[in-house]
Amino acid sequence: MSNNIVSRLKRKKIEEVLEAGTRMDGRDLNDFREIEVRTNFLEKSEGSAEVRIGKTHIVVGVKAGLGTPFDDTPDEGVLMCNAEYTPVAHQTWEPGPPPHGAIELARVVDRGLRSAEILNMEDLGLVSGEKVYIVFVDLYVLNWDGNLIDACGLGALAALKGAEIPVFKVSKKNEVSETDKTQKLELRCEPIPITIYKIGKHFILDATADEEEVADGRLTVTLDENNNVTTLQKAGPVGFTVDEIKKCINIAEEKAAEIRSQAVASE
Amino acid sequence: MSKSKTKAKTKTKRKSRKKKFERVDGRKADELRPVKIETGVIPNADGSAYIEMGRNKIIAGVYGPREMHPKRLSKPHRGVLRVRYHMAPFSVDPRRSPAPSRRDTEIGMVMTDALEPALFLERYPRSVIDVYVEIIQADGGTRCASVNAAAVALVDAGIPMKDLVASCAAGKMEDHIVLDLGDYEDKKGQADVPVAYMPKLEEVTLLQMDGILTTDETVEAVELAIEGCKQVYEVQREALKKKYGMDEEDTAEDAEESEESGEEPAESEEEDK
Amino acid sequence: MSAKFETRDIVVPGDLLFEGRARAGDNTYRNEGNIYATRVGLANYNKDRVSVIALEAGFIPLVGDLVIGMVTDIELGQWKVDIGAENEAILTTNDAIGKPFRSYQDMTKILDVGDTIVAKIVDLDRRRTPILSIMGRDLGKARDGFLIDITPSKIPRLIGKKGSMINMILKETRCQVTIGQNGKILISGRNRENEELVVKTIKKIEAEAHTSGLTNRIQEYLKDIKEQRK
Repeated sequence: MSNNIVSRLKRKKIEEVLEAGTRMDGRDLNDFREIEVRTNFLEKSEGSAEVRIGKTHIVVGVKAGLGTPFDDTPDEGVLMCNAEYTPVAHQTWEPGPPPHGAIELARVVDRGLRSAEILNMEDLGLVSGEKVYIVFVDLYVLNWDGNLIDACGLGALAALKGAEIPVFKVSKKNEVSETDKTQKLELRCEPIPITIYKIGKHFILDATADEEEVADGRLTVTLDENNNVTTLQKAGPVGFTVDEIKKCINIAEEKAAEIRSQAVASE
Repeated sequence: MSKSKTKAKTKTKRKSRKKKFERVDGRKADELRPVKIETGVIPNADGSAYIEMGRNKIIAGVYGPREMHPKRLSKPHRGVLRVRYHMAPFSVDPRRSPAPSRRDTEIGMVMTDALEPALFLERYPRSVIDVYVEIIQADGGTRCASVNAAAVALVDAGIPMKDLVASCAAGKMEDHIVLDLGDYEDKKGQADVPVAYMPKLEEVTLLQMDGILTTDETVEAVELAIEGCKQVYEVQREALKKKYGMDEEDTAEDAEESEESGEEPAESEEEDK
Repeated sequence: MSAKFETRDIVVPGDLLFEGRARAGDNTYRNEGNIYATRVGLANYNKDRVSVIALEAGFIPLVGDLVIGMVTDIELGQWKVDIGAENEAILTTNDAIGKPFRSYQDMTKILDVGDTIVAKIVDLDRRRTPILSIMGRDLGKARDGFLIDITPSKIPRLIGKKGSMINMILKETRCQVTIGQNGKILISGRNRENEELVVKTIKKIEAEAHTSGLTNRIQEYLKDIKEQRK
């Protein structure tokens, strides 16, 4: 699926091993690698999370500040997700504006949160049409070894869960001022993306960079804790049959709760 | 001391009654913030290091030497060192845009000039060594901390070097020359003098200053900063050796074993890689 | 005239190894009559030669090296191969099939972009581009197996004295292992269990390459695993 040259040998071996029902690192098809999550470790950020899934390593920062609302939603706060593919993360990643992959990553994570209505956006309004909270979720990739959407979705949730945002006071004259108080962000649900990768006729979870390189396509299914689907994203120049889509959704359903349980706010 | 009292005193008397100088975090004038360095933190990079200097949290990753693209930027007779300094949006308060700023570009340049003297770039014609620095959390003196991490990352990448490069800033805060300015001191202080230094070759490779200092104070600050660099150097050494924590006794047999399997009987000297 | 460290002390770049006349060996440089380390590694004083056994070093292509790389491009009469060096390597049709270039179609039939090859460096051109050849026994396109990476500076340890280490691994696991001096290792076995054992063993050697008594420890390690399997 990458634009880089894929080694034939790599693809052959990965498919061979999948035929035997396992992966190059010995995992089952639906196993995730070891997940490590740490939250609230950045002091200049209202919320933060560091997620490692195998060697994939990302940091998420949540910042909340004042801004202007969108014209069509004058009373609602603003949520913005941004992803950076930092050039340290892989030898083929270069400095520059976010490439397509980073933009897709940010938008898919964003939709997962937004469609699920994780934040009560009206609670984040301050002065109608003038001042609202802007909540930034910055997804920072430090080492790429596959499965960024799941890692960032998990990180975003963990960071938001532990976030403490400043409390602003609105005077009668609609002047907004800072107080020295903070409050926890109220989350109404906990969406988690699970991405299923298609290699030939095999479906696997938590692909490594090698597996992503040889994958023909992927389908991301974001689910909240009630197993409502809040986002779907199919990628890759390959077709999925309806049965395959159903199968993917089932796989995601079975896995989401396990991954969501990792999004705990550590002290 | 109240304003009325101040007016009545002469200068010398005022000095002796001055409040004892205290830094915001309680450090002594010549005390460094705690420094912690770890190597090999980015598996994909050829070399990498993570540094915490005070509350700064910075990652440096190195790729290279590798072919340089676009070719027109490469040099026919020596390699190019490219250092990129970049801050995460959540590294500062308020959030900053992820787009590179002019300050980022300038810092990249002075960092490149700070590290290049320690490298043998003439060994890598037409190639590039890329150093990428990411500031995860900033708290004053990020360029110094970045140089420290970058130097360690270069060694971790197996790139031959003439010396390490250690960096630290000194400055002036409330009329005192102090070492290693934190964020508050950076912003409220009277001068900031970042320095990078090659400890064995005893040469300064980065020197900047902004603020107001007499010429004597400037020299004092540079010398104090160099002392700070030497202290950071010890932390860099430890970080590089930590991976190989060895406490076994060596035997002649072992040396022989590694000799035969480890060494090519190369007769090259400065030609060596 | 004096050695400033002892053999097997860990040194970092810039460390003064020797004051005075001596031969400057690998990973050192001479400055103002003294010898300094250029890489982090183990100091080595042998007769009158001072060197550092580097613990971290990138791959420096040398004529005669066996390397494993991937074809990244096809040009007229030659393929470009990525071997992880600072320059991409070149393989001409002469060095692939002993015949000059005829047509592009012929070329893709021999080697295509994405193919993995085991090759020997036969030359370094004046721009230090490695020139490869696959004419020879055990050279050519890799059709089976998979690659893993290790730091090139640890390859000698993996091979061992006169091949002692690698032969031990081959014997215990019955896998085919081709070691590229560029840190790429091609592994192919009859079953996954043995292949995984090779990978684990190689990673262990990489992590402990600087320690003594490694050969014995790896022997024990392989023996233990075999016991566990019974």
